[in-house]
This record gives sequence, structure tokens and C-alpha cells, in this order.
Amino acid sequence: MKIRIRRYHAMRKPSSVVQEWEIPDGLTLLEALAWIKEKKDPTLTFRSGCRSSVCGSCSVRVNGKERLACGYKPKEGDLVEPIRFAPILKDLMVDQKAAFDTLKRAKTWLESFRSDAVVTPKEEKRTELQSDCILCHSCYSACPVYESDAQFLGPFALTRDWRYIADPREGEPMGKIEAIQAKGVWDCTLCGECTAVCPQGIDPKSDILMLRTKSVQSGYNDPNMEQFGSFGLDF
Amino acid sequence: MYDVLIIGSGGAGLSAALAARDTGAKVAVLGKNYPTRSQTSMAQGGINAALGHVTPDSVQSHIADTLKSADTLGDEKRISRLCEKGPDAMKWLDRLGTPFSRLEDGRVAQRRLGGAAAARACYAQDYTGLKILHTLYDNTLKSEVEFLDEYFLLNFIVEESRVLGVTAIEMKSGEVKAIGAKSIVIASGGYSGLYRGFTTNSVATTGDGIAAAIRAGCVLGDMEFIQFHPTALEKSGILISESARGAGGKLLDGAGERFVDELKPRDVVAKAIWEKIESGESVYLDIRHLGEEFIEENLPQERKLARFYEGVDPVKDLIPIKPVAHYTMGGIEVDESHMSAVDGLFAAGECANAHVHGANRLGGNSLLETIVFGREAGENAAAFAKAHGEVKPASSEQFEKDRNFVAAIGHFTNQIDFYEKREFMGKIFYRNVGIIRNEMGLKGVLSVIRQMQKELPFMGIADKSKECNTNLTDFIEFGNMVELAEVVLIAAIGRNESRGAHQREDFPKKDDEKFAGVHSLAWKEAGTLCNEFKGLA
Ligand SMILES: Cc1cc2nc3c(=O)[nH]c(=O)nc-3n(C[C@H](O)[C@H](O)[C@H](O)COP(=O)(O)OP(=O)(O)OC[C@H]3O[C@@H](n4cnc5c(N)ncnc54)[C@H](O)[C@@H]3O)c2cc1C
Ligand code: SF4
Ligand code: SF4
Ligand code: FES
Repeated sequence: MKIRIRRYHAMRKPSSVVQEWEIPDGLTLLEALAWIKEKKDPTLTFRSGCRSSVCGSCSVRVNGKERLACGYKPKEGDLVEPIRFAPILKDLMVDQKAAFDTLKRAKTWLESFRSDAVVTPKEEKRTELQSDCILCHSCYSACPVYESDAQFLGPFALTRDWRYIADPREGEPMGKIEAIQAKGVWDCTLCGECTAVCPQGIDPKSDILMLRTKSVQSGYNDPNMEQFGSFGLDF
Repeated sequence: MYDVLIIGSGGAGLSAALAARDTGAKVAVLGKNYPTRSQTSMAQGGINAALGHVTPDSVQSHIADTLKSADTLGDEKRISRLCEKGPDAMKWLDRLGTPFSRLEDGRVAQRRLGGAAAARACYAQDYTGLKILHTLYDNTLKSEVEFLDEYFLLNFIVEESRVLGVTAIEMKSGEVKAIGAKSIVIASGGYSGLYRGFTTNSVATTGDGIAAAIRAGCVLGDMEFIQFHPTALEKSGILISESARGAGGKLLDGAGERFVDELKPRDVVAKAIWEKIESGESVYLDIRHLGEEFIEENLPQERKLARFYEGVDPVKDLIPIKPVAHYTMGGIEVDESHMSAVDGLFAAGECANAHVHGANRLGGNSLLETIVFGREAGENAAAFAKAHGEVKPASSEQFEKDRNFVAAIGHFTNQIDFYEKREFMGKIFYRNVGIIRNEMGLKGVLSVIRQMQKELPFMGIADKSKECNTNLTDFIEFGNMVELAEVVLIAAIGRNESRGAHQREDFPKKDDEKFAGVHSLAWKEAGTLCNEFKGLA
């Protein structure tokens, strides 16, 4: 079987080329990449770890869709590329620092523990899926708002905020709610691209809707609506 | 200059970081992967604490189970401390916001794992490690721990038996850096990666920190004890959790017959499977009789893994399995305060040998160790930094040596393919240093490993670029693996008995008279490997 891989190296000319490789059948894409590195071309560069879809190291794009390399079986002619909207370091490896840094800006942690909180299975299930996130960055690679605005907090950071805000143990959720007003929940266009690519079946778009409701309940407004509001009064 | 520098960002590293930070120390965590990609994310089963939420349990019973499994190689005092601090560790994780599975009344749910007298393992579905690790990470962001992500540790800088810092490759730029610290905690994980192709572990588990430790003057202990998990997928070595057998899964041989009580301890089941495989048969896990509905409800993860990685559907097919390397009990010898033989250099988690697992680790005890001993090590390292202050290295010898070495690797002749050697090492380790060992096989592998040591300068790398050179880091990892392989082999050859995870065909009995409570130790003197069985009559 043949697959194509987009290679990138800043020092080469041209810096980006597509190479075709003949690979054995039956491998996962990650095994195929390792096979190429070990047997054919040791310069091929990519990240890996658990090999079982839980560490979030190996996201790539296959034919334009985000996939975990270890959770995908290649098909004839597939085009494998690095994930988007992050500087490419080499081949399939991109610089993920800026995307990781959105977590800190969104304050994705339990701010103040409520010792009287009771977490029933029902409560725990409310954010079970959100806490399945493996920080694979696929959703950032799919998000059109993150593409145009690198300051946008992005789907996984927002989902993680919801996971803590909805936790009955959180005593002070307001800091997080404040942190997501600018470049956060109101900038998202609810296009659902993040939801479509998440390997864990997480739905950041719905979480963002929940966060919007929570924001309004907490006294914040949709900044886009305010303009319409004044227009409405004139009407 | 950091007060505390932590090497590795799994459960142990991040727990140490948070504890050190709590004392007000300036803390950084250095790791070759981004923190959430550490192997800790893979743990499924649970973390032990004698809470007794589901069945009656006590700290005493937890201690007794752990001591029994350690088989005279556990230190009662340290095991007691670990078990006593279990409930407190759970309280801490709860306060940080870890999303554990719950009982109706809101208490943390628990389940029973092999070798435990009670339902003692707290869990978060099949994602216990993932959820603990991510919660710890979120909290390190909150408490302003610094991160040196994708920095590859090379060596420790040691002068007059005190650690003063590390050398590491910043992978993005390819530069070798020297990073100073008043104290250091090694939390770099185990060495199951020696069994490449035959392990449940992450590809990153190559024992780098342990190899750097022995080069720096630390002592390694009990390196021959490596636990094999009975049921990994045949093709990939990916773990199929014990819960499949717990729920009634059967083990079948090539003729479709059962051959072992599936609920016996891991080493017993692994050995029975190995004997079948050695005689040329295949072994299967059969859960078909449980029915699709039950499997979908209770073992969805196992079904998903078997379908994808093995190409079989457990609802109607047998699952081909093999036992593979899963957990390494041996590691860096530490004292009560988790300090190694080098002043200011601490170790915690799977890389350390804190004498709590002994000859065999109990499922759920390793996550507990990462949290409890990780925190203790972090606190003690911060206290050490405060008490001893800053010492500037008198020479830049280590840094220059390592920088020159990394530059020189690019000029190695690369006549021998180290990837091929790495694969070969995995195979011969699995066959000869695996579940059942004998002197001839062990000595055969030792001579191969010594040959590989000599051949290293003839190996080398094809990727000559500086930036993100994973060909280079793969090669350095391989060098570390070869270094540790020798230590494992010498200990395995010397232990002429069968105990826990170390089973010798030529010495099939436990020899308590000679080996009870006797630890294998290894260290380097002027670059030469030395070893001893401490207390051997
Ligand atoms: C599939 C699987 C399931 C498991 N299930 C359970 C379970 O249910 N319960 C249980 O108690 N235990 C379980 N274990 C064991 C447990 O997960 C590990 O023992 C534990 O997570 C080890 O944590 P650690 O912090 O010591 O190291 P790790 O999580 O392995 O982290 C090591 C860190 O060191 C860093 N590092 C390594 N080398 C270098 C270098 N050269 N330079 C810089 N950084 C480096 C890595 O980047 C990483 O951050 C399981 C293990 C596996 C593989
Ligand atoms: S939300 Fe999904 S796609 Fe985004 S980082 Fe988490 S697991 Fe990956
Ligand atoms: S729904 Fe929002 S966060 Fe998700 S991809 Fe679209 S714009 Fe981005
Ligand atoms: S290697 Fe861990 S998610 Fe693919």
C-alpha cells in the first residue's frame, strides 16, 4: 500500500515536499510511520507515546481530517500532514506551546475546594466526557476562529473550564467565567468543527453553549448582541 | 537557578512539583514529552487506598497484602507509611478536583484488583491515570510551576557527591543546555522499554533517568524484578485489563481448553501462558459467553482495543494474547527521605526503588506510590535546597563533555543500524530475560549486550539536523537501554532462586536461607559496573 506524507524542514529548499512511501498492510498509521523511520528514513519526525489513543501525542491530518495516528488504519493513497494553526517544527511535529498556554489563560483548574460538596454519580457523569480529553490538539487544528485569531482560547481550554465550573466541588467559578469573556465563548461561531474531529467524542461546541448560558446568568452579556440591542431601540 | 528541578512529568513528577511549590520553592519540571503525554496517562485499573467504601478494609490489610506480594523484599516501615498515607492521598487528589467514579452517596467508588483482600482501588472509569495526571497538570498551572517541555535529560552534574544540575537537549533547537538546581527529583519512569515490542508501556519508557543516575554515582537495586502482565494483545502488546478475567473471561490454549485458574496472581497466570506459548501453542482470551450486551456495558474499552489493534471482535471471536513486560520494580535506591546516594538527588515513582513493591508489585500500588512518595520527595527536596543553598559548579566539564558527545554522534559512522539492534534486544530480552529465565539464556544475552556496547560507536544517526532530532534522541535512549540491560542481566544471573517476578528454570525454588531480604545492588566505579547482593550469606 502507498501513502503520502508531507515533509517539512525549514533548512531545505523547497521546505515542504510530499513523499510517497510503500508500507506493509495491516499497520496503524503510527506503526507505519515508525516502520518508515526505523527501516527506510530515520529523518522522518513525528511524536508518539502510548500507541493506544490515550496520551494525545500523535495527532496528524489524514486527507484533511484530524486523526490520532495510533488510532487510524491507513488507506491507499492517503495524504498525511501535520495538524494546523501551529508553527511546523519538522515534518509532522508542530509547536504546541501556544495552544497549551491557553489552559493557563482560561484558568482551567479548581479554584477553591468546597468541602461540603457531595459528588453523586449523576453529578460526576455530567462532566465525565469532558474530563476524557487527552489534549491531542485536534480540535485547535480544526477551529476556524483559532486559525484567524491566535488569542482565541480554543475548544479544549473552554471544555476544560466547563468541566471545572460544573464540578460541585468548585467554590469560586467566577474567575474562570471572567477569563472566557474576551477571546472566549463569544468569539466561537458554533460551527461544530471541533466536535467533528474529537477522537474522544467530546463536544466542545455544546460546552461553549453551556458556558454562554452560565456567563449570562452571571451577569455577562454577549458583546455582539449589545450592538444589535441599541439598533433595536432605535427601531 | 531553581530550588527544585524535577525530571519527568508523570504522576510522580507533578506530585513532587506541587509539594515543593507549596513550600514556596522555585520549581521547574523538565520532561522529554509534554506533561500530559507521560505514561501515567495509560493507567486504567485504579489507585489503592484502604478506604473501605465498598467492602470492609483496613490499612493493616493493605500493608499485609503488599508485604506478602513483595516476598521478603519489601521494607515494612516504608510500606506502612505508603499504605497509611493512602487515604490522605485520596483526600488530596479529591481537593485538587480529580474526577473519580462515585458511589450513590457521593463517596469515591472502589473495585477489587488482583492480590487485594478488599475492593481497594479507587478509579475514574478506565481512565484513572489520565484523569489524575490531567488534574495534577491543571494544578501545576495554577501554582505557577515552570515547565521545560521537550527537554531531553542527558546527565546529572555532580561535584563532590552533590548534585548541582543537569545537562539536557532542548529538542526544538537541538542545543545542549546546562540547568542549575539546588536539588533534583528524578521521576522519569521505568525501563520496560528494554522489551521493545513486548511491553504494554509507552515508547518513552526507556529508563533514561535511571541510566543517568547510575552514571552520576547512584546505586540501582532489584533491577531483575520485572512484572509481566498476562493478557496483552498478541500483535501490539497493548494491555487488555484484568477486569476481562475478573468478569469471567477464560484463557484457552490452541486446542480450546482451559489450562489455568484465571484469577490466580499475575505471575502465576503469566507463567502458565508462557509455558503454552513456549510449547508452540497460541493462547486466547475468551469472553464470548458473556454476551454482547454485557461486553458493551462492562468491557467497552477492551472490545474497542481488540477490534482495532487485533482485528477481532470479542463478542464472536477469541482474542489472541501474550504476556508482556508491564512494570519494573527495580530502580534507583533511595533512603527514607527518597534521597539517592548523591546528595540533593532524590527519586520517586517507577524509576525509584523505595522497597515497597519488592519482588512483585500489586496493581494499584504504583499510582499510589507516585502520589505519596512523589509528594514526600518534592517536600524533602525543597527542604534540602533551603538547608544547603546554592553551589555553583566549579567546572563546566560535564556540560562540555555532553555537548561534544552530542555533536560527535553526528559523525559516528552509522555502519550498524541501531533500530535493528533495538528490535533484536527486545526479542532476546523477552525470550530469555522474561517470565522464565535460566543461566544459559541470561549469559547469552549478556554477551550480546556487551557486544552492542562495543558496537555503539559504529552505530549512529542518519538525521544530521539539529532541530527536533528524534533520530538522535532515539539513539541516546538506546544507549541508556544498553547500559541498563547489563545491570538487569547481572542481577538476574546472580539471583539463583525463583521469587516473585524472577523465575529461574534452573533454580525453580525460593531459597529463603540465602536470598530472603537480600537486594541486588549495582553501581559504577570509574565507569566500571560493580554489583553485590546485600546481605547474601
Ligand atoms: C498500560 C498500563 C496500565 C497501568 N495501570 C496501572 C493501574 O491501574 N494502577 C497503577 O497503580 N499503576 C498502573 N500502571 C503503572 C503506572 O502507570 C506507572 O507505574 C506510573 O504511572 C509511573 O509514573 P511515573 O510518574 O513514575 O512515570 P511516568 O508516568 O512514566 O513518567 C515519566 C516521565 O519522565 C519523563 N522522562 C523520561 N525520560 C526522560 C528524559 N531522558 N528526559 C526528560 N524527561 C524524561 C517522561 O517524559 C515522563 O514525563 C500501568 C502502566 C501501564 C503501562
Ligand atoms: S477536546 Fe477532543 S480533540 Fe480537543 S484536545 Fe481534547 S480530546 Fe483532543
Ligand atoms: S464550534 Fe467554536 S470552538 Fe469549535 S471549531 Fe467552531 S468556532 Fe472553534
Ligand atoms: S501515541 Fe498516544 S495517542 Fe497516539
